[in-house]
Amino acid sequence: MTERTNGYKSGSNLEKILRAGHFAVTGELGPPQSADGEEIRHKARLLKGVVDAVNITDNQTAIVRMSSIGSGVLAIDEGLEPIVQMTCRDRNRLAIQADLLGAYALGMRNLLCLTGDHQSFGNHPTAKNVHDLDSVQLVHMVKNMRDEACFQCGDAIKGTAPRMLIGAAVNPFADPFEFRPYRLAKKVAAGADFVQTQLIYDIPRFREYMAKVVDMGLHEKVYILAGVGPIKSSGAARYMRDKVPGMIVRDEYVERMNAVVADIPKEEKKARRDTWAQEGIQICVEQIQEIREIEGVAGVHIMAIEWEEAVRSIVEGTGLFPRPAVE
Amino acid sequence: MIVGEQKPLEEIVGLLGDARKVLVLGCGTCVTVCFAGGEKEVGILASMLRMKSKLAGHPMEVDEATVQRQCEWEYIDPLRERLSQYDAVLSLACGIGVQAMNERFPKHLTLPGINTTSLSLPTEQGVWEERCQACGDCILGITFGICPITRCSKQLLNGPCGGSQRGVCEINPDIPCAWQLIWERAVALGQVERLLEIQAAKDWSRSRDGGPRKIVREDLQLETA
Repeated sequence: MTERTNGYKSGSNLEKILRAGHFAVTGELGPPQSADGEEIRHKARLLKGVVDAVNITDNQTAIVRMSSIGSGVLAIDEGLEPIVQMTCRDRNRLAIQADLLGAYALGMRNLLCLTGDHQSFGNHPTAKNVHDLDSVQLVHMVKNMRDEACFQCGDAIKGTAPRMLIGAAVNPFADPFEFRPYRLAKKVAAGADFVQTQLIYDIPRFREYMAKVVDMGLHEKVYILAGVGPIKSSGAARYMRDKVPGMIVRDEYVERMNAVVADIPKEEKKARRDTWAQEGIQICVEQIQEIREIEGVAGVHIMAIEWEEAVRSIVEGTGLFPRPAVE
Repeated sequence: MIVGEQKPLEEIVGLLGDARKVLVLGCGTCVTVCFAGGEKEVGILASMLRMKSKLAGHPMEVDEATVQRQCEWEYIDPLRERLSQYDAVLSLACGIGVQAMNERFPKHLTLPGINTTSLSLPTEQGVWEERCQACGDCILGITFGICPITRCSKQLLNGPCGGSQRGVCEINPDIPCAWQLIWERAVALGQVERLLEIQAAKDWSRSRDGGPRKIVREDLQLETA
């Protein structure tokens, strides 16, 4: 049995939107480095009704934060559907499966399977990492829990099996470039229902990637959500271009962010910040409009961590607001 | 080979504590080849300990010895008679040698003078690069002779993570991306399709995760009466 009688794998809002053929919009919510639930609620209120579901990061950049599942409970409480992120860095197959059972029981229906940033980037660089499974194996395990009602060891799940819509990440900008579509193919074969891409700041390269993906017919087997995000400042653009592994930022974005504040003196910090924000959002809107036309793209994933307010402006700017309701 | 690096002198001095008579014991095999604990390093470290303890006003008597292989009983057994004269033995062998000494001579404390780091390949003079994690279930046959368990920082089995760029690992530009190397090898050998097969979750029970490993070869064991 691969699907329930209602025809859905998980019945999540994201699944319904995608299955109905709507251009999906997902967002991202970064939990706090504290036990302050109000922070989640506040961000959830900013995103509710603006996105179809929201990724809740799992110790993002290897910095300890409120758990994705714990935050997810608060998001649900605020009426926002979570996509629980789960990395292979911090948990072995036992812990992941146990958490998955709990997450499902708590109402979570989407899971994003990730390798995880290396712990050397975060605030516990002396930690031991796990990597019992890799992300492809994680996808496969979650699919078997849902479709075969069995644990990774093969034992049957007696009673309710967790039925998650299974997501994965893909990075069309990392190397080896030629391998990237195959990496997607492996995730699809393992059971991914949707994928979200790394932030796109090189549309020609993304086009090239998608052409190969379409050529392989993968876009018919998996929903591909293009990753975008508003740039906060010239410095942020340069940082992403020069310092973040696995990202490609075309110079045009850095130049545009530079140009927009060219006539504002450095001392006028607020004016520069506001101008950058406006331009960052504008660039993001233009990107979505362009990416939407690329064959095989089923939606966008808007990453604006610590700038959740921007998401509404972006979604409105692209005419994707209000979000459709599917029953 | 097994590769190690000498511990900082301060740490060694701390480990030796109040010991007044010490034997610095080298090993003639792996740690000699990697210049961490052979006869030469034993001599240098012994001199440093003598000088340092003298300067501190508590001169330490330091003897030197190097055995061919500290990890085999037959090579360390001849040390038995002389050990009683020392307060401590400072071994410059790998962790196996240090443990062999402690196991064989339980009345005498043998302390580690080096940190055993890896199973490495000397890729050029003075450079050792890790190549094996002794995971107990070799996959080099499906990864074109490049080990992702050792050389991928996340031990991925199904291809590179999103942090691979320009051939290097996201954690350090000095670390080549193992999966970039595997991909290039697959391309060169015309066997790219083999990388499309999904590699199932690894059986880590054959690695350290399954507990300390032990091999018993009855065909090699000597019969006892």
